[in-house]
Amino acid sequence: MNLPLFRPQDDPGPSFAELLRRSGFDDAVTIEGAVPVSEYRHGTTCVAIRYKDGVLLAGDRRATSGNLISHRTLEKVFAADHHSGVAIAGAAGPAIEMVRLFQLQLEHYEKVEGGPLSLDGKANQLSQMIRSNLPAAMQGMAVVPIFAGFDLGRGDGRLFEFDVTGGRYEETQHASTGSGSLHAGTVIKLNYRDGLDAGAVTDLAIEALFEAADEDSATGGPDPMRGIYPVVAHISADGYTRLEDDELADRTQALLERRRNQ
Amino acid sequence: MNTPFYVAPEQVMKDRADYARKGIARGRSLIAFRFDDGIAICAENTSSTLRKVSEIYDRIAFAGVGKYNEFDQLRIAGVRHADLKGYSFSREDVDARSLANQYAQSLGQVFTHEMKPMEVEILVAEIGEEEGGEDDQLFHILYDGTVMDEDMSVVLGGETDTISSRFGDLDAPPTLAEGLNAAVGALAGPDRELTAADLEVAILERGIGRRAFRRLEDDELAAIISS
Repeated sequence: MNLPLFRPQDDPGPSFAELLRRSGFDDAVTIEGAVPVSEYRHGTTCVAIRYKDGVLLAGDRRATSGNLISHRTLEKVFAADHHSGVAIAGAAGPAIEMVRLFQLQLEHYEKVEGGPLSLDGKANQLSQMIRSNLPAAMQGMAVVPIFAGFDLGRGDGRLFEFDVTGGRYEETQHASTGSGSLHAGTVIKLNYRDGLDAGAVTDLAIEALFEAADEDSATGGPDPMRGIYPVVAHISADGYTRLEDDELADRTQALLERRRNQ
Repeated sequence: MNTPFYVAPEQVMKDRADYARKGIARGRSLIAFRFDDGIAICAENTSSTLRKVSEIYDRIAFAGVGKYNEFDQLRIAGVRHADLKGYSFSREDVDARSLANQYAQSLGQVFTHEMKPMEVEILVAEIGEEEGGEDDQLFHILYDGTVMDEDMSVVLGGETDTISSRFGDLDAPPTLAEGLNAAVGALAGPDRELTAADLEVAILERGIGRRAFRRLEDDELAAIISS
């Protein structure tokens, strides 16, 4: 691998995607027709909720191929950089690749330019990546992420929903994506209040994913037997923090106790 | 038809080397040294926006002296090389040695084939996983593509002999504060005083997560060098 030096008029600037293209990495595959859903893995339900200190991202752990469970510990919530994260639903392969490119793009920009992108700039980058996936989405392999971050300029948590065309929609309270999003979204909608604290918002996310798993076969519930719990991350002024499984196990246990006594 | 003058290849190379060295000596120097928790790079630089020291990858840093636009172009090429390599293979496959060799190839090529050599001297530093820094690496690359693998510390820029003799030889890695105070003293010399605002300091530090590169801001730096 040689040193990528460009003439000024060919310089790709701070864009990693452009650098990939100019370095001959463009390996887009085109195929005819739809790919059968049983042939690739699907990731499902993710939610984002704003709270007092910033914004929470959470996702279940199941991946399905058609009617089969193909993975029990899939991670769908990722740190994008120090102060933002992305949660994905849809075709798992392209989605995880998209996240990897997105993380690299943010870091690449930061290193080349000497400072990070604005939060809106990051959301816009993700928008463009989703739009470039549109041909694959039309063949069934859609990727629909949620992007959330702490806006250091405004001092506030913000979250963005997307659709398969790359449309970007900022939400003020909460967002959900994936096959269980209808059920998860309803739980959050009914219980959301302004200024939830970190503990309360974590409980709300766990409950929303629990209800989604209860109604939707593609969403995985908590699995105490194997020690599998949703991935929950808080993004605040202190940065992106993923919660420990011990805390999630305790909160899940408390939720189950409450249900038993109802 | 005019017959071109014969110029001996030795003379051509010497002229180019003199030209590059003169350009490099015009700028301010920098010192990089190993300390107990990583590698520190201390540059004399009054600008807080035009950087001499930067991050290349998780455990790799870059520093350059000489002509700003030339070493900045090399810095960006290094970031691109590392990110492309990490993307197509894995993050752990990105290493300073191969990057230093790429820089050497590129600088050597320019030195022999282009009109004008690059008036730069660069450093590629990488910290290893080992406590104590046994596998930390400092690669010093000259304008003509010469690569040197330095052990404890290295001075880049003009007056390197004077500055390194003031800095002294290290037997073992010092603490960050000891090393920085020595570096600042060596850069300043007996007749000058350098403050935090005249310096640009960044470190590669073990144990702070995936991205080991961190800049020391003016107040943090002032607290260290005034102690």
